[in-house]
Amino acid sequence: MATKKITTIALLVTVVVIVQIGTQLTGTSYYLTQLTMTMYSCLLIIGLCLVMGYAGQISLGHAGFFAIGGYTSASLTTLNVLPSLESGSSCVHLLNSFGLLTASTSMYGDPLLRIHPWIAFVVAITLTALIAFALGIPVLKLKGHYLAMATLGFGIIIFRIVLAMAFFGEADGISDVPGFTLLPGLTVTGNIEERIVNYYIAAAVLISGFVLLLNLIDSRVGRALRAIHGAEDAADAMGINTARYKLYTFVLSAVFAAIAGVLLTHYTGGISPSDAGVMKSVRYVAIVAIGGMASLWGALAMGGVLNFLSLRGLFGSYDDAVFGAILIIIMLFAPEGVLRLSLWSTLKRFKVER
Amino acid sequence: MIPLLKIRNLNKRFGGLHAVNAVSFDLKKGAIKAVIGPNGAGKTTLFNLICGALAADSGAVEFDSQPILGLKPYQIAASGIARTFQNIKMFPGMTALENVMVGLHTKSRAGFWAGMLHLPSTLCEEKRIRDRAYELLELLDIAQFADIEARSLAFGQQRAVEFARALASDPTLLLLDEPAAGLNIYETAEVARLITKIQQQGITVLLVEHDMSLVMDISDEIVVLSFGQHIAEGTPSEIQHNKEVIQIYLGE
Repeated sequence: MATKKITTIALLVTVVVIVQIGTQLTGTSYYLTQLTMTMYSCLLIIGLCLVMGYAGQISLGHAGFFAIGGYTSASLTTLNVLPSLESGSSCVHLLNSFGLLTASTSMYGDPLLRIHPWIAFVVAITLTALIAFALGIPVLKLKGHYLAMATLGFGIIIFRIVLAMAFFGEADGISDVPGFTLLPGLTVTGNIEERIVNYYIAAAVLISGFVLLLNLIDSRVGRALRAIHGAEDAADAMGINTARYKLYTFVLSAVFAAIAGVLLTHYTGGISPSDAGVMKSVRYVAIVAIGGMASLWGALAMGGVLNFLSLRGLFGSYDDAVFGAILIIIMLFAPEGVLRLSLWSTLKRFKVER
Repeated sequence: MIPLLKIRNLNKRFGGLHAVNAVSFDLKKGAIKAVIGPNGAGKTTLFNLICGALAADSGAVEFDSQPILGLKPYQIAASGIARTFQNIKMFPGMTALENVMVGLHTKSRAGFWAGMLHLPSTLCEEKRIRDRAYELLELLDIAQFADIEARSLAFGQQRAVEFARALASDPTLLLLDEPAAGLNIYETAEVARLITKIQQQGITVLLVEHDMSLVMDISDEIVVLSFGQHIAEGTPSEIQHNKEVIQIYLGE
């Protein structure tokens, strides 16, 4: 079992390194920017895959969790707290005395004092977890399309909030978000000089998240989740607290979405209401479906390929339409995802019959 | 002796249908008791009330001197009541062994953090669960199917896996909902043998069953329900000679 895990990690790391070297050799290292963004999106997608494929719950509100993470971090790290320090706010003084504020200058040369991204990160993740918890308790009592509608409603609320509030920059969103210094020398930022480092940071975050989820589904909790998905009343009779397991899974996947939101916002330097849009949530659900619902590998692979192609602009202005069409086709012809052997054998049979 | 399960004046209505109507009876520790009755007599409803899958309208159920009515199904399961289903509910996509491992849920602890991090203690627990599940399959003579997807097994074999899954939680009381449903006479005989074997382990059994030969063979006591009402109760021979029961089953 342990060797299987090491093989998995080795395989993923090898792919990541080969791609990086490949782009360097072919002089296409600008791909790394889109690949980095893709990997953060994939973090959200594998989290959603856990909820949809393993716990059997649908969420059309994951762009909302992404946005809560991203917007919280963006608004806190772009806030200039220098005026409140000078006016003597005890809270800001406390942060300052622990060295949790970072000084810089604005583009006009004015001094700025900002909250360290780690603080913003902790606040963003905690807030997301609390909101997911509070939302999950009532809505996870719903099933099927009722649950889909409820989470869709949540997504729309978050979208309208960030669009309407001046604090969140209304339609413009928040820009000029500073880099996120994880450790001295390791900063999540869109600077071109740090493109390769950032590519590896994203890969490390994604692979860690992926391995954690692989471990989870191969554990007592994972079995309980699959049992709930397969036959909820039987799972109940086994002594599984089905409501709690669904809730914790939902919160966990919301946290994955929020981490993706925070890191991608610092990487691209901004976030806008379209990142919280309902079409984004639909796209995430479509990718999980294409990957085969109950397949973390499928979600990772399809999330990687489709996000990258979309970011490269392959689908042009029909981007959302393409994802909608893919969702319809998958539901009709390959409800178990495109990576299932049964699909290929069906296609083969079709060819022979002709 | 205090009965293991005490049911008093239990009621459940579905709209105009009084599915379980003021039913009361006791279950002695270590006994096999059968609940019989024509279709629609309220037998399965009674089961669902006992294990918390349905909420009762009124009445009381005491298990091991503790009131259990109103508890959630997982709490009732954790208190030592295991059940099987009429239409065997194997977990899809899971092997026979994994199904039994789910049955060991209440006997293990690893949560989300432990599951994600695979700590040494978690792996140790995981091995213990796996070994115990395998033991249970061996106990029921189905260890050779351990790695086969449970749903692809023959009906009789699935029934045995379901028994193993229910026994995994180390229950004091086992509720069997029509264990012989859909089985041929050989498989039914096998189920009878299994139930007796389970009783010998000191587990009390309450079963709902249509197959009269099975019921008469293995039960210590029988309760007869008809249209939700308790009609008769007694040993198999008493029930066989009860006029009212004969009338219900054969008509006048």
